[in-house]
Amino acid sequence: MVNTKLNSNHVFNLISEIPDPEIPVLTIKDLGILRDVKWMDNSYQIDITPTYTACPAIPFISDEIKRILNDYGIQNYKLSVVYEPAWSTDLLTTEAKLKLKQYGIAPPMHTSCAKKLDASKQVQCPRCNSHKTTLLSQFGSTACKALYTCKSCKEVFDYFKCH
Amino acid sequence: MNNSELYNYTLRLADNALILGQRLSELCSKGPFLEEDLAQTNIALDYIGRAQSLYNYAAQLSGKPLSEDELAYRRAENNYYNVLLVEQPDEDFAHTIARQFFYSVADCLFYAELTKSKNETLASIAKKVIKESKYHLNHSSDWVKRLGGGTELSHEKMQNAVNALWMYTDELFEIDDIEHKLIKEGVAVNSSNHKSLWLAEVTEVFKEAGLSVPENNFMMTGGRSGNHSEHFGHLLSELQYLQRAYPDATW
Repeated sequence: MVNTKLNSNHVFNLISEIPDPEIPVLTIKDLGILRDVKWMDNSYQIDITPTYTACPAIPFISDEIKRILNDYGIQNYKLSVVYEPAWSTDLLTTEAKLKLKQYGIAPPMHTSCAKKLDASKQVQCPRCNSHKTTLLSQFGSTACKALYTCKSCKEVFDYFKCH
Repeated sequence: MNNSELYNYTLRLADNALILGQRLSELCSKGPFLEEDLAQTNIALDYIGRAQSLYNYAAQLSGKPLSEDELAYRRAENNYYNVLLVEQPDEDFAHTIARQFFYSVADCLFYAELTKSKNETLASIAKKVIKESKYHLNHSSDWVKRLGGGTELSHEKMQNAVNALWMYTDELFEIDDIEHKLIKEGVAVNSSNHKSLWLAEVTEVFKEAGLSVPENNFMMTGGRSGNHSEHFGHLLSELQYLQRAYPDATW
């Protein structure tokens, strides 16, 4: 389709709206998975980072990026999975946290609030906003979530673990 | 190969992660209740992800056109260098927890240190891994306390598991010529320094759990040089089945 050279910001924007396959209300940009697009040595260097080492979404996201670039006729790119700096939930924007809450997942607190990792005691229920919640399991339906119960509305909900 | 020590070192780290991940995966659908089943398989997934990044690096270091799958699935039993602790079977839930707790205490000490390695790849993997290891330690030490301080039966089972696995704990702190060389270069972690820290942390949790530290000082060794227990061949037969039967199979 397009063969003229696009600037790297433009390429970043093209792929930034890819939704996370497990939390589709958030994009890979919202989550901080899409880290950078640079123009180097006549190709686009695209860096993505996994949320967890075994994040099963990475192959899916890589395929989506390749598909979109292919649609725009972009062949000269290198896609790398980088580990450093390590992904952190602190990368989530305020808007992203609000989107998570509206989706029914309690957003992560800032990592400085949870020095001891299980100390996320003030997790707020995303449905009724009550703070009377208890941890049901540190490990939820995906690696990045923990399972909580709300004592006020009696609902079970996911908490996006602070990481 | 110029990097043979680094290759072997990376392979040992990867093997520990893969084999523990495999042991925990065996519990999938067999957990004592649903949340715990999910927890065990989540932890398994963390280890398999860790193994994947380490095998990937080892494959690059090998200087041969090896894939991470070839390293993970096509070596013979005595070419795996994981510690004996991680290959021990899940006799009961208390064994799973004791194995995880002993390993996680050492693992947190180890990877916190590896984040400072002069080797950038290992340091960056460590920075990722350490966050996950802390969750594993939290989870397993909670269970040690619950089972140790629970009913008479749960206490007995927890103490039995601790006694049975105690002899595999010393190997976590062994170092040999490979490590000596890499420690000098600022690449490897001197885990022999961690033994007293480990023991202090384990003793602390045991005190809270009402468990006693075994007095037995007989210690097993061998996994790190490829001499495994009789359980290991059985573990591999399942782990490697698909790649042996259908080499290069992909999804």
